[in-house]
Amino acid sequence: MTTLLWGALPYIAFALLVAGLIWRHRYDKFGWTSRSSQIYESKLLNIASPVFHYGILFVLAGHLIGLFVPESWTNATGIGEHTYHLFSLYGGTFAGVLTVCGIALLIYRRRTRAPVLRATTVNDKVMYVVLVAAIVLGMTAKLTHVSDDGYNYRATIAPWARSLFTLSPRTDLMTNVPVLYQIHAVIGMLLIAFVPYSRLVHMFSAPLQYLFRPYVVYRTRDPRQLGPRPERRGWERAGS
Amino acid sequence: MRPMAQIAMVMNLDKCIGCHTCSVTCKQAWTNRRGMEYVWFNNVETRPGQGYPRRYEDQETWRGGWQLNRRGALKLRAGGRLHKLAGIFSNPKLPEIKDYYEPWTYDYKNLTDAPLGDDYPVARPVSQLDGKPMKIEWSANWDDDLAGAPAYGDLDPMVERTRRQASDKVKFEYEQTFMFYLPRICEHCLNPSCVASCPSGAMYKRAEDGIVLVDQDRCRGWRMCVTGCPYKKVYFNHRTGKAEKCTLCYPRIEVGLPTVCSETCVGRLRYLGVVLYDADKVTAAASVHDEKQLYEAQLGVFLDPEDPEVRRACEEAGIPYDWLEAARRSPVRALISTYRVALPLHPEYRTMPMVWYIPPLSPVVDALAETGHDGEDAANLFGAIDTLRIPLEYLAELFTAGDTGPVRAALERLAAMRSHMRALNLGEEPDRGVAAAVGMEPDGVEAMYRLLAIAKYEERYVIPTAAVGDARRLEESALPEGCSLDYEGGPGMGGEGRDGPFGRDSGHRRLPLVTLESFHALRRRQTSDDGREA
Repeated sequence: MTTLLWGALPYIAFALLVAGLIWRHRYDKFGWTSRSSQIYESKLLNIASPVFHYGILFVLAGHLIGLFVPESWTNATGIGEHTYHLFSLYGGTFAGVLTVCGIALLIYRRRTRAPVLRATTVNDKVMYVVLVAAIVLGMTAKLTHVSDDGYNYRATIAPWARSLFTLSPRTDLMTNVPVLYQIHAVIGMLLIAFVPYSRLVHMFSAPLQYLFRPYVVYRTRDPRQLGPRPERRGWERAGS
Repeated sequence: MRPMAQIAMVMNLDKCIGCHTCSVTCKQAWTNRRGMEYVWFNNVETRPGQGYPRRYEDQETWRGGWQLNRRGALKLRAGGRLHKLAGIFSNPKLPEIKDYYEPWTYDYKNLTDAPLGDDYPVARPVSQLDGKPMKIEWSANWDDDLAGAPAYGDLDPMVERTRRQASDKVKFEYEQTFMFYLPRICEHCLNPSCVASCPSGAMYKRAEDGIVLVDQDRCRGWRMCVTGCPYKKVYFNHRTGKAEKCTLCYPRIEVGLPTVCSETCVGRLRYLGVVLYDADKVTAAASVHDEKQLYEAQLGVFLDPEDPEVRRACEEAGIPYDWLEAARRSPVRALISTYRVALPLHPEYRTMPMVWYIPPLSPVVDALAETGHDGEDAANLFGAIDTLRIPLEYLAELFTAGDTGPVRAALERLAAMRSHMRALNLGEEPDRGVAAAVGMEPDGVEAMYRLLAIAKYEERYVIPTAAVGDARRLEESALPEGCSLDYEGGPGMGGEGRDGPFGRDSGHRRLPLVTLESFHALRRRQTSDDGREA
């Protein structure tokens, strides 16, 4: 079980993410969109969506720092465990509250505005469940371990996460992690695997190139579109 | 000089009877799909009126187009690049569906399925957004033909501006009301703000013919283009989550056929042709400080295809010979640059629109005739233009950023033409002074008359085909390896659109294929004088 969850699942999730992105890019560029429902309802969205998105970006940054900046580095810069804990507790809680408020309002909007609800697919609903579960469990895990310096995930989860990249996952580190953190991690991996197969894929089209390109884009016609259709060979099956 | 070619359109508003045939045929051809119910690539507005979507011209609210920053450089009114990216999670300036109208259908099934009763069953309106019964409160052309003008006419942003500048010239009392129709399509601007607004880079202006298109595979549905377009002619398909817009019927244009709206126009008021322009001058012309100079500035961007230097530059730039020839014969160029009777719509948005309009003179003639004056006498007409039932100021707000000069000049030329042609028709000697008064020669007036009144299909639509310009390359590859439609993302053999796992048509790389008749059969039928052939 330990090997499956902490040795295999991360790679499966990552493989599904990459394969899904390639598949989407290759076969479903047309479906690659955030599928905005703003045209149906704008007032709530104008508040809820930025709150949620900025919150979740903050959360993402927090995870990246927590998992991929080793404890030794922060110690070297003179930031003690206690300071770090307070920073992560308050910063993380602030970002988490933003995210939870945002998504709560978004779900309320989706539920109460009839056109928005009607445009919601089963896929969206599954996505909301996984996303909310990941966020709420993460918050719960953090906030149930606040005594003293809280749970020091930088001694267990973070080294495990980094060890994944060296292809020698230290699954033993995860066995004694509190169960809430374990569930959060598993759901997080499920979410990562699910991204390319849901509307979440729009996170990979953040249009940063907009900052660097000229305003007006010119494109020439694809020459393959011009000219007559070539004649078919005579021996093709009828009806093909 | 960096010459480029653009397919442009001119509409003669004098001839528009507001029949909406262009809108309906366009809808049938292009937006007859789910998610596009409210989308009209072509619409006809009654002016004065709020337009579609309601009050779209109020850029204080909708923030479309460009404006000058403090240094006098162009910037998007809706905010620059960083501002856009920071606010990408929602677009506060996006019109909601209610600003267009909530699309609906009727519960027709009830007509046959209702149980027997005392009352006739009725088909109730049902919203196409949430599937529930709804009250119909607004729609496209709700204020058609000034319906409710006393209540809604004041909401026209251009009426507001005219009133601010010329007290109460626009009246809505029944006996004093004026109106005309304004058909609108995408302007295919030289300086398109929708393209500049697109964070994904999915929108582009085609280098060969200047048509502005949305790459459906690259659009990510950020909706900035809808805000960016001051004419609100980019629409959001709420089923696929992608932007769609008027394509100037490019599959037809490419084979030399006019757009569907032009083809089916009952009044034959549309002209299509090539305009050559200098791409290097566009930015400077769009950033002219005084809004009232923008019309002249845009005229200055156009190149004269008769000029040998221009022709040489075009050749070097790879513009095909038959496009140059088409530019010489272009009815659009004649109406815009030679006769100067066509004017751009809202040049003050600084997008350099390429669908131009001949302002309506007919209401003047009618008004004069009603008062017992000779409505086609040049002296009467010239005098009447200033006291038009359609106030000059209102037309100027639409076409020249409020400068009445060019509008008056265009109307005077039209008036002179009427007077001149009436003299000819009555067998009188035309007064040379009439033409001279508007700076034209009698020959020019007659040529303009021919173009405006009796120009045939081939004269109204001078469209060089895409393939002829590419003939040499095609000759060299006379036997291409694969099917020319058989490329990634190409039109191919798309079937009926289906709901995929991620929204409509996802998982399928092709949009529903639009059937076009055999182009040449259609062309023969349209242009033939021989009944049997037609």
